[in-house]
Amino acid sequence: MQPYTLSIAESLKHLDQKELTSKDLVSSCLQRIQQTEAKLHSFISIDEEKAMRRAEEEDHKRQLGQNGSLSGIPVSIKDLLCTKGRTTTCGSRMLENFISPYDATVVEKLENEGAVILGKAAMDEFAMGSTSATCAFGIPDNPWKEGYITGGSSGGSASSVAGGQCLASLGSDTGGSVRQPASLCGVVGLKPTYGRVSRYGLVAFASSLDQVGPLTRDVRDCALMMNCIAGYDEKDSTSVKIDTGDFCQSLKTGVNGLKIGVPREYFGEGLDEEVEKIVRAGIATLEEAGAEVVDVSMPHTEYCVAAYYLIAPAEASSNLARYDGVVYGYRDEAAESLMDMYKQTRSQGFGDEVKRRILIGTYALSSGYYDAYYKKASQVRTIILNDYKNVFKQCDAVISPVAPTAAWKRGESADDPLALYLSDIFSLSANLAGVPGLSVPGGFTAEGLPVGIQLQGPHFREDILLQLAYNIEKSTNLANVLPEIK
Amino acid sequence: MKISRKEVEHVAHLARLNLSEDDLATMTDQLDEILNYVAKLEELDTSGIEPTTHAFSVINAYREDIPKASLSQEESLRNCAARNNEAFIVPRIL
Repeated sequence: MQPYTLSIAESLKHLDQKELTSKDLVSSCLQRIQQTEAKLHSFISIDEEKAMRRAEEEDHKRQLGQNGSLSGIPVSIKDLLCTKGRTTTCGSRMLENFISPYDATVVEKLENEGAVILGKAAMDEFAMGSTSATCAFGIPDNPWKEGYITGGSSGGSASSVAGGQCLASLGSDTGGSVRQPASLCGVVGLKPTYGRVSRYGLVAFASSLDQVGPLTRDVRDCALMMNCIAGYDEKDSTSVKIDTGDFCQSLKTGVNGLKIGVPREYFGEGLDEEVEKIVRAGIATLEEAGAEVVDVSMPHTEYCVAAYYLIAPAEASSNLARYDGVVYGYRDEAAESLMDMYKQTRSQGFGDEVKRRILIGTYALSSGYYDAYYKKASQVRTIILNDYKNVFKQCDAVISPVAPTAAWKRGESADDPLALYLSDIFSLSANLAGVPGLSVPGGFTAEGLPVGIQLQGPHFREDILLQLAYNIEKSTNLANVLPEIK
Repeated sequence: MKISRKEVEHVAHLARLNLSEDDLATMTDQLDEILNYVAKLEELDTSGIEPTTHAFSVINAYREDIPKASLSQEESLRNCAARNNEAFIVPRIL
């Protein structure tokens, strides 16, 4: 048995029983990285020495009985969460040399519980993208099929977990950026409720939508990661003071008596047949297990993409104004005037997708257009939120695809930004409404590509999603299944 | 056309971005396509509907006014491109 193939829960059991050391586990993952990284490109930076040192520390703590709940578990961190003393690049030339002066709260929490950070994961530049192809430092590859996208923006997080390079990862999800790569790489990904997990130290993209979430190889590991990272943080004024409980608790119950809504708008035109078949099979599984399945409607689903691609760029244009070459990040040294310095720095430091979104956002917020675009989109957001409120009067959770298709070949979507935006149709609304959403592996296409099933629930009801996902996982037998990487 | 080349130029200036002639042409086309798509929102009557800015809003996150350690001057200056001992340095303004 190779230690890197273990889930978190299995590893902890072996560690507790002294059949495994953290050093073995971490070095097994580092070895796996050496074998696979030339293909996968999951990481922007790796610090082997620090990881081995941390592993030894955790072994020592365990001997003394001072270990935390994730003691010795190797993880990757999406490169937009600050990690003190390491670079945090956001996948952008703009922050190529930026060294975080402090840890994000979630990073601090993971390390306090003993997790060992192996490195920082590749991502779309500033988390803007659905393929991870806008990353300035190498594009991650799908562990299940060479030359196929991982999805994005947390593509490196997904490929590192799916590829056996680490046991779990933290990503961020602004419009599907945890769930969609989780679906495309065959791992579990959770976007928690807005306010559930601290965002202190998360580099901001769209502040009313961003949320940090875990990617893991099975549902139990997702619950274990949530137990560590969830909770109020006084450093994040949007985090919510609410009891977190034990997320593993809900794995003990079946789905008897739960009502699951199937929103018909998620099963229309554009949905790949194989994906639909896999999702329908997941629904049947839950029904057989005792859940009641009801047909529901979320009539404004078709407006999500339009609302999202005004709101997210508007917020991004404001958040990214800080990259001006003064306090941190890249600066064009050749510029002579301040205005030239700003413009040249930003033009050279940002890639095309980031510029495109800054331009849309600036336009949507600019004088004369604010009401027609930003305000209108924010009103439509209320309508979408009401769709969720109505649907959760009829059921406990909704089930759907995460994305209309499985992973596709790299480069196939490169020149058509709008087509790519439209592929986010099923994942954006959870962020607009602030509700939790989870992707759990449902099956594989004939080509051997994984497909996830999405579960969405009411605010702060991640427990229901975990409960349903766990029951799907039991029947698909797709917990912690690793691809062979040739 | 929802947006003209001239408007894109103006917005680029507001966003402090330089665009080459080629980029300007491509961006104008792409932005126009995107704005045409988002015009779909006009199908919905939103009169009288309050805008949502945060789906789950926390109102007034107050805290006690207790001084705490923050980043040192050295740490704060560490990531900038040009500095002296106590300040960020930018190109001459006046």
